[in-house]
Amino acid sequence: MYIVIVGGGRVGYYLARALLNEGHEIVLLEKNARFCDIINEELGSICLQGDGCEAATLAEVGTGRADMLVAVTGDDEDNLVACQVAKHKFNVPRTIARIRNPQNEAIFKKLGIDVTVSATNIILEAIEKEVPTHPLTHLLMRSDKGLEIVEVRITSDAKTIGKPVKAVSLPEGTKLALVIPMNRKPVIPNPNTIIREGDQIVALTSLELEEELRAKLTGL
Amino acid sequence: MKIVIMGCGRVGAQLAGILEQDGHEITVLDIDAYSFRRLPPDFRGTALLGNGMDEEVLRRAGIEEADVFVAMTQGDNRNVMAAQIAKHIFNVPRVLSRIYDPLRQEMYETLGLEAFSPTTIFAELVKEKIEE
Repeated sequence: MYIVIVGGGRVGYYLARALLNEGHEIVLLEKNARFCDIINEELGSICLQGDGCEAATLAEVGTGRADMLVAVTGDDEDNLVACQVAKHKFNVPRTIARIRNPQNEAIFKKLGIDVTVSATNIILEAIEKEVPTHPLTHLLMRSDKGLEIVEVRITSDAKTIGKPVKAVSLPEGTKLALVIPMNRKPVIPNPNTIIREGDQIVALTSLELEEELRAKLTGL
Repeated sequence: MKIVIMGCGRVGAQLAGILEQDGHEITVLDIDAYSFRRLPPDFRGTALLGNGMDEEVLRRAGIEEADVFVAMTQGDNRNVMAAQIAKHIFNVPRVLSRIYDPLRQEMYETLGLEAFSPTTIFAELVKEKIEE
C-alpha cells in the first residue's frame, strides 16, 4: 500500500519504521527540517519537508494515488485538516487521525474522518486493565456504532456470587459473551452458569448501558 | 444579533468593537488574557478566556444561542476546526472563518464553509491600487 504520514515526531517516526518493515511504500511529511534530516538518515529518503495540511505539498508527494493518509502531528486541528484535504481534494479512501483531546473523537467522526486514535483513551484503558479492583474495563470501543465490549470483575463483595446468570436481569441490548473464572478455563455462559468470585465477565453493551450492566452483574 | 468571535487579535478586537457599536451582543474568546487589552476601553461585551475548539468553552460562550460565529485566530487549521464545530455540532446559522492559505480557503468554501482569505483579498486590493 502507499501510505502518506503527516507529522514526523515520535509517533510518525515509529509508525513509518513499522510500516516500512511490513513492505509498504511510505512518505512522511514534516515541517521541521532538522527532524526530516534525522529521519532520512535513519530510514532512507522517505521524509519530505513541508506542511502536510497544504494541498500543494500533498500533491507533490502524489497523495492522489495514496491508499491511506495517517495524520499524527501533536495538534488535533492540524490532523483534522490534513485528513480533510486528503479526503476531499485527493479522494484518499482511508484517513486516520491521532487526537489528543478525547472530546474530539465524536467531532472528528462527524466531520468525516474514518478512524481516530486517542492516546489518552488508550492509556486510560491500559491503566484500567492493570488496576485489579476496577469494576469495569473497556476492551474494545466502536463509538461510531455505539457498541463496546467490556469486562466486569466480580469482586468479593458482589451480591450476585453463587447465583446463576438467569437470575440476573440484564439490561436489554446487552449480552454476555464469555466468563473467565479465576482458576478454570473460560466458558461461554448459559443461563445456568453460576457467577463466582473473581470471575471476569466479558460482555457486549452500548455506552449508555455499561453502568447498568455492571450494577446488575455485581448487584452493587 | 448574538455574535461569538474567536481570537482577540487586532482584527478580532476591532471587529468586536465596531459590531458592538452597532448594538450587537458580543462574546470574544481568546486563549491569552493579555490579548483582551486590544478591546476598546468602553467594550461592554464578554471577554472569555478559553480555547474555541473546546465544545465546553463554546457552550460557556453561549454558542447555542449565537446567530453568528467568527473564527479569527492566527491559525488556519484552528479556525477551520472551530468553524466546523460551530456549524456542524452547534448548528450556528452563520459561520465565518479566516483562512490565510488561498488553497485551503477554496477547498473549505466548496465544503460549505463561509471562508475568506486575507491573502487573496489584500493582494487584489494592492493590485487594484497599483493599476488604477
